[in-house]
Amino acid sequence: MSNKGGTAVPLLAARDLVKAHGRTQALRGASVELHAGEILAVTGASGSGKSTLLHCLTGIVRPDAGSVSYGGERLDQLPEKRLSELRRTEFGVVFQFGQLIPELTALDNVALPLLLAGVRRQEAQATAGEWLERFGVRGQEELRPGEMSGGQAQRVALARALITGPKVVFADEPTGALDSLASEQVMTALVHTARESGTAVLLITHDAQVAAYADREVRLSDGALAPVGVTA
Amino acid sequence: MIRMSTRHILLGLLAAGPSHGYDLKRRHDERFPQARPLAYGQVYTTLQRLVRDGLAEIEGTDSDGGPERTTYRSTEDGARELAQWAGEIAPPAPFVTNEIFAKVVVSILSGGDPEAYLRAQRAAHMERMRELTAVKTAHGADLATVLSADYALNHLDADLRWMTTTAARLTTLTAEVDTA
Repeated sequence: MSNKGGTAVPLLAARDLVKAHGRTQALRGASVELHAGEILAVTGASGSGKSTLLHCLTGIVRPDAGSVSYGGERLDQLPEKRLSELRRTEFGVVFQFGQLIPELTALDNVALPLLLAGVRRQEAQATAGEWLERFGVRGQEELRPGEMSGGQAQRVALARALITGPKVVFADEPTGALDSLASEQVMTALVHTARESGTAVLLITHDAQVAAYADREVRLSDGALAPVGVTA
Repeated sequence: MIRMSTRHILLGLLAAGPSHGYDLKRRHDERFPQARPLAYGQVYTTLQRLVRDGLAEIEGTDSDGGPERTTYRSTEDGARELAQWAGEIAPPAPFVTNEIFAKVVVSILSGGDPEAYLRAQRAAHMERMRELTAVKTAHGADLATVLSADYALNHLDADLRWMTTTAARLTTLTAEVDTA
């Protein structure tokens, strides 16, 4: 178990985030902390501000007020160049639909972040093969996203998100389009791999059975976060 | 709450072959992990009733070096009764008698704080769901464990969805109960 809730400095911390889209107040003073190696579920009804929170935490959107700190840097004040670098090297992101590149095979999709980082093709593909193995999709190397099941595609997307050794993986409804057994395979693979590699996971979900894979849960309601139950 | 029928479960375990009380208790707890463990006393009284009703009979006794044990086996009537029970539908929730539901209503009636109660209950449900998820995803979890954890998780999840909807409805609900 991680040092959740301890006195250690959090890896990622958002304080009093406020963000409006036009007249809609998506976040009204949301605060959340994620510690190294921790798996945190952020739950809430649709429209509760989950996606806006994710965008602020990854620096895709700048909050109107409040701060986001990551490893001592103020994400909300960083120049775009440094933000892109962080997103490429320290963060991994997985969405509801894996957003794999349809023209590329599973192997090339997973190898892509390494190729972009300048790793030689042969080496990148070998590493990608190992990651497909970890996620139980070895043997699917040559399939394109359209030829895979939803659960396989999500596991390939997870392999791609984790291949660069990020410190944090942001998973936005990663099982939203899957049936319960495929969802279980994806979550089990994500949690086991994150624990092995000490990667922190911020898991956004509306599904309590998915949230139950996390170490703890915070719940978004009307744009603010409340912890759910300190373990008795 | 509908309780599992101990006599039919014992008949089901006896369908696999003759057995004595201690062994039946042990096999029950294995097959139904996470269920309330059967008490020895209950196993013996149920076996006696099965014999009285002609659904099981005594096969013999052995001592195996220890205390004497009576071995039971199912009869043809027992097998018929078991098959009938296993194929009968369970009444789908004939009564809404749930403690959480009752507490919310009572809390509204007595001017309590149902929202605070729901928040605390939700936290307890999530904690139990995390435990069950860890149990079923542990390396080497057997099928009976996975199935029982799935069953419990789905029911807890249903409770949670009801609690979320109720929390959202509470303003209206409170107004209705107050004016009733």
